[in-house]
Amino acid sequence: MVYNESEMLAIQVKILIAGGFGVGKTTFVGSTSEIEPLNTEELITAASMGIDNLSRTVDKSTTTVAFDFGRLTIPQHNIVLYLFGTPGQERFWFMWDELSAGALGAIVLADTRRLQESFAAIDFFENRGIRFLVAVNVFDDAFPYEPDEVRAALELDSQVPIVLCDARDRRSAMSVLRTLIQYLLAAASAYSA
Amino acid sequence: MAGDDEVWLDDEAGPLIRPYTVNSGRTRPTVEMDLLSLVVTTGKPSPDVDPEHVKVIGLCQTPLSVVEVAAHLRLPVMVTKVLLSDLVDCGAIVIWASSTSSSHVTDRVLLEKLLDGLQRI
Ligand SMILES: Nc1nc2c(ncn2[C@@H]2O[C@H](COP(=O)(O)OP(=O)(O)O)[C@@H](O)[C@H]2O)c(=O)[nH]1
Ligand SMILES: [Mg+2]
Repeated sequence: MVYNESEMLAIQVKILIAGGFGVGKTTFVGSTSEIEPLNTEELITAASMGIDNLSRTVDKSTTTVAFDFGRLTIPQHNIVLYLFGTPGQERFWFMWDELSAGALGAIVLADTRRLQESFAAIDFFENRGIRFLVAVNVFDDAFPYEPDEVRAALELDSQVPIVLCDARDRRSAMSVLRTLIQYLLAAASAYSA
Repeated sequence: MAGDDEVWLDDEAGPLIRPYTVNSGRTRPTVEMDLLSLVVTTGKPSPDVDPEHVKVIGLCQTPLSVVEVAAHLRLPVMVTKVLLSDLVDCGAIVIWASSTSSSHVTDRVLLEKLLDGLQRI
């Protein structure tokens, strides 16, 4: 097909916002998106989940995972950044390759009252080689741990950034996004050096 | 990881549902596209009066990503893709492959532009 779209179309990139249920993913997407965050769903089939015995009884049935997403346009450079909040139920979204394919990087939100809920997302990104940072979403009644304590608890590599944030606050959330891009840039520079 | 019935039935997963019967039971799109592929109306009307088709044509007067089309239609992404394939087949829309790719991850020029843009917001 001969379209000249490359000249007029923006470069589209995506960043994933992951973490356990209730950690602030939807809030983060809402704080950073320029559009009212949208919500949609994807079908996960029994086959894609590898459940053979189930597919026999519930023929070709599917279940759905809901996710929300937002968008940020960088008009000066003709870039559109999409922010995808991964479904809280990580054992479903892990089976959905399309969501993470081609992602620039990821933000793993963590709540210090239940850090273990961040493990699944961290493992996933580590295994896929997707660069990520950890943003500790500071909830009012949470003990104020130091980033290094969180790093130790999560067994994170020393280069993975850990930042504190308030996902409800646009400036705070935007600063997390910038930190992620700075980290990706530093990593890309090291890579090509 | 899976295998117990509980996997299927917790609140957040939504109910078990039958495969969608939109699009005469087809469940796979015939045209390749991903979440960020852009959909744009050609101006050629769809021979079909399906309200979903009409809606897509209206939405995509200016390019819109597949995932946004799905959100506006309130249909799962896969169902939306099948519907979009039909519209491509009848010439009512075209789909532009998104320029997203994993090579961007190491594209310093792109990352610098992105950072610059984010710093201005
Ligand atoms: N104190 C505080 N509350 C937050 C923060 N981020 C989210 N919340 C609240 O936590 C709840 C769950 O957030 P939500 O974004 O729906 O979590 P999700 O399940 O990860 O999408 C909501 O009531 C938010 O208002 C934060 O940074 N600080
Ligand atoms: Mg949510």
